[in-house]
Amino acid sequence: MQPNHSTSTGNASSAESVARQDERLRAIPLWKKALSRPELGALAGTVLVLAFFIVAARGTGMFTPAGIVNFLEVAAQLGIIATAAALLMIGGEFDLSIGSMIGLAGILIAIPVVQYGFPLWSAILVALACAGLVGWLNGYLVNRTGLPSFIVTLGFLFILRGMAIGISRLLTGRTQIGGIHHHIEGDWLAMLFSGEVATGLFSWMATHGWIATNFAGNPVVTGIPISIVWWLGLTAVATWVLLCTPYGNWIYASGGDANAARNSGVPVHRVKISLFMFTAFSATIFACLQVMDTGSADTIRGLLKELEAIIAVVIGGALLTGGYGSAIGAALGALIFGLVQMGIFYTGVNTDWFQVFLGLMLLIAVLFNNFMRKKVMEAK
Amino acid sequence: MTAQMPMIEMRNVSKHFGSVVALKDISMKVCSGEVMCLLGDNGAGKSTLIKTLSGVHQPTHGEMLLDGEPVRFKSPAYALDAGIATVFQDLAMIPLMSITRNFFMGREPTVGWGPFKRINWKYADRIAKQEMAKIGIDVRDPGQPVGTLSGGERQCVAIARAVYFGAKVLILDEPTSALGVKQASVVLRYIAKARADGLAVIFITHNVHHAYPVADAFTLLKRGGSLGSFRKEDISREEVLNMMAGGAELESLDAELAEFQRSDNERKTSRVSKPTDGDVDADMPNARLAGGY
Repeated sequence: MQPNHSTSTGNASSAESVARQDERLRAIPLWKKALSRPELGALAGTVLVLAFFIVAARGTGMFTPAGIVNFLEVAAQLGIIATAAALLMIGGEFDLSIGSMIGLAGILIAIPVVQYGFPLWSAILVALACAGLVGWLNGYLVNRTGLPSFIVTLGFLFILRGMAIGISRLLTGRTQIGGIHHHIEGDWLAMLFSGEVATGLFSWMATHGWIATNFAGNPVVTGIPISIVWWLGLTAVATWVLLCTPYGNWIYASGGDANAARNSGVPVHRVKISLFMFTAFSATIFACLQVMDTGSADTIRGLLKELEAIIAVVIGGALLTGGYGSAIGAALGALIFGLVQMGIFYTGVNTDWFQVFLGLMLLIAVLFNNFMRKKVMEAK
Repeated sequence: MTAQMPMIEMRNVSKHFGSVVALKDISMKVCSGEVMCLLGDNGAGKSTLIKTLSGVHQPTHGEMLLDGEPVRFKSPAYALDAGIATVFQDLAMIPLMSITRNFFMGREPTVGWGPFKRINWKYADRIAKQEMAKIGIDVRDPGQPVGTLSGGERQCVAIARAVYFGAKVLILDEPTSALGVKQASVVLRYIAKARADGLAVIFITHNVHHAYPVADAFTLLKRGGSLGSFRKEDISREEVLNMMAGGAELESLDAELAEFQRSDNERKTSRVSKPTDGDVDADMPNARLAGGY
């Protein structure tokens, strides 16, 4: 600790670094490396749930092509909003207004089309613009006030739901708006949210007897619902963003420690606003798919979806405090959700028990994540 | 030395937070290849001063010159771009993120273009490993979370990052305060190396044994004002220690303690109804001792 240490420690440090190298050369087992991935718990959970229902629901048709499409569709719908919720949670914030945004977006799409005869694409664009505004406002208020996003978006949970009901009643006198189906045909934007893909492939498989056909010789599953494509696509893009782009690094940094991130030159405010906008957009995409699928909009749609999305994200290994998580994990969380929901239906268990199971899953996932985080931090 | 153009200079900088005057009329200059040690008690304004330098705060009055040019930073990002890197006490490190992610946080190297622009992880990992090796820390896996590193190693990552990104001015906020002897020497060696590389270093510490060996000059802050800057050749280690400990404060404290002691004794003597000679003799040497402290 004397001034001459800078000259005397030269040799010592090289010897020291050799010693250190030896001490650290201990190989890390592969399983321990895998443990540090956030989605590991969700992967194990998926395998477990899948195995359980393969046994429990055998012979019920859950794992026929039609059954698979069924639970994948449930998973896909949740997965779309869960992906956005995952990015936001990694970025350190919540959005409790997702569910209400779904209801409002449905109304904003349906009313102009059914009541005023606007083309569907223009209504979808307006809904997306409104979603962008809501997301921006959420982010702006959180940044500006420093309030927890829990409170700010809780406010918007009620504001947006109330607006959906209010607007709908005011303009149409109803809270349900139907008759959208025949507007979809030929609308370039609506086509992106309706129908199925790979229909040719499925009829080809049917002609070769690989999948079951109905009495008319058509396959029972005519294609992959477009929602599944959206789900996989968004998960892939979100994973790419998180793992490979500077923006992804900024999301982790903003959630890990916003102050540290800002001091390192990360535009934390912009990152958070864009993430809030993305959750609102994802809610609108969800609403589009639902409106095109059912041909109607309802002010009550999307109820509790924000909480289901958070459950999927947490089961997927994200930390509620931010800075840690993955989009693949959220997709697996949504898959578990779909498997359990449809599995309970197929196995004939009273569906009342679904929520009990969901709550238990959430608790187990949180405990497991907590344990994992400690493991990661001591992974020496 | 004085003929050299200062790399960073503050001229009569003041900073007010509402009615609180956090800094008043601070002037200070640091040349490149020079270590300026900032001393002062808690609340003296050291933190405000470096936060002003690094763009977290904007000065209320006065100006700052970087390489002779007047500058004003809207945020830490602007200061970073201008070449002022600050290693804060909390290190601006995110424990759950990997060393590489932390190292390049906010300035990720990319390849590709447009929507396919992505982080060049191979390059980033290699640089992070190499820069850490330069300061004698062998990183086994640059993908390991920073939370697994020791305090000194984290400090070194933070400094290595600042130096790697071409900082002209390096500001260190108590880099050695939480470190053991060995870890601190690693950091100090690195500060000496940064100075040899021609950086202007501003260094805050409470430890004279850390400050004196590496510093070229000392600036003392007190209650938001500057008590002046001193070259190392003009001031001894003891004087620095005195300044750091707030020598004048301690002297007045001693005087007060002596005063207490004396009044104590006086009360004792007056309470004794008929003080004998012996009693007085027993008390007086104590009082004299305390006074002579």
